[in-house]
Amino acid sequence: MASFCSRPFPASSHLLATDFSRPLKISKLLYLQRKGQFHGSQRASKVLAFYGLTTPPYNLDALEPYMSQRTLEIHWGKHHRGYLEGLNKQLENNNSLYGYTMDELVKVTYNNGNPLPEFNNAAQVWTHDFFWESMQPGGGKIPGHGVLLQIEKDFGSFTNFREKFIEAALTLFGSGWIWLALKTKEKRLAVIKTSNGVTPIVWGDIPIISLDMWEHAYYLDYKNDKVKYVNMFLNNLVSWNAATARMARAEAFVNLGEPKIPVA
Amino acid sequence: MALRTLISSSRQTLATGLGLGLQSEARNLGLGFRHARELQTFSLPDLPYDYSALEPVISGEIMQLHHQKHHQTYITNYNKALEQLDEAMAKGDSSTVVKLQSAIKFNGGGHINHSIFWKNLTPIREGGGEPPKHSLGWAIDTHFGSFEALVQKINTEGAALQGSGWVWLGLDKEMKRLVVETTANQDPLVTKGANLVPLLGIDVWEHAYYLQYKNVRPDYLKNVWKVMNWKFASEVYEKECP
Repeated sequence: MASFCSRPFPASSHLLATDFSRPLKISKLLYLQRKGQFHGSQRASKVLAFYGLTTPPYNLDALEPYMSQRTLEIHWGKHHRGYLEGLNKQLENNNSLYGYTMDELVKVTYNNGNPLPEFNNAAQVWTHDFFWESMQPGGGKIPGHGVLLQIEKDFGSFTNFREKFIEAALTLFGSGWIWLALKTKEKRLAVIKTSNGVTPIVWGDIPIISLDMWEHAYYLDYKNDKVKYVNMFLNNLVSWNAATARMARAEAFVNLGEPKIPVA
Repeated sequence: MALRTLISSSRQTLATGLGLGLQSEARNLGLGFRHARELQTFSLPDLPYDYSALEPVISGEIMQLHHQKHHQTYITNYNKALEQLDEAMAKGDSSTVVKLQSAIKFNGGGHINHSIFWKNLTPIREGGGEPPKHSLGWAIDTHFGSFEALVQKINTEGAALQGSGWVWLGLDKEMKRLVVETTANQDPLVTKGANLVPLLGIDVWEHAYYLQYKNVRPDYLKNVWKVMNWKFASEVYEKECP
């Protein structure tokens, strides 16, 4: 069954593009008819599963001047698209991975820490989808009330969260991502670093926002000035709206306070 | 530009927690003072060529950023980590000593690897790209079949490396055998085998090529051979395998 909940993001959110020409990310069955079918030959049809490339929920120049159109064109159009096409190519050969939602595919290919060859592509498709939606034009500033309260509870203050986030970004070795995620077991928010394409969903945690720290994400705009990049992201790009929506959905899975059990 | 040695001549004498300015020659006088240790700091080696000398293969802009910003940052952080390590060792603070290991491996590795890298490259007019002759050339033919096969292998492994890292042509000095290896992040080649000596390494971190080649790492790998300094690689090889 095609799933519309392939990422922790309510389908009704205003952040989804209202222009429906944007391809939905669902797994599709594609029946390839071999040539000569019309002539009555009953050859087996080839079944392929593939995923589509989602577009960021804003124009590619909408994040200027903090993230240039050029960066979006290459980051989305080449890197993200490359991972997706690589994944589809790998899936052509591997029918046992057919039919998963993107979330499921990432977890299955992660294989409890012994990643299958498809993991890198699948995870990077997922992480980039999540990343575009973690940003918005006119983003930054401070989160809305609910998220802010939770951050203050788990970090002491928003300033402390900011510091932790920036520190994590600057001390990450190599390529990877910085996340604000809800840790499901501890029932609290935390800043998490991951390498390459790993996402907190493989451990069952729920990501709230992410920042791409691969050099390709910032090099054209900021060269090696990571401090400036991270600050620009927090001040101007991070979508606290998306964070609110994701937190709201997360609360269906994690009890953050005392459960309100109705009394008969 | 003159090639300076990796290790600068500046030395710092670190007294122990006693706060005394002991000289570097101080010995244990039996008075309960611990040895004063010298801490060597490292500084950025000069490139043996101008920043623009490797164009059009690698742009001057990349070379300058790579050398003055990236390599320098590794050195700065390496020195800082070593200083912290020294303090922790003097105090017997084992958990700090262990905690610093990853920063030392990353930043120290970054310094080691980049220092080799600058020597692995040379302008075309100074012999960049000329394939190796003599013993290294023969060893390559023996182990890989041909020079082209080696290049192909290195390019394939370099392109397939996920994330950041290096691809190396190394010599196993015990087995007297050439190997192609990759390392992640700034891990030096020895992390893949204690007997491995790097002959040449190619930086496949995105900062090494992104401004010019964008996401097309294979193009960078294809072109970098034009400025490869096989003379240096041969020197290293002949020293280990005379």
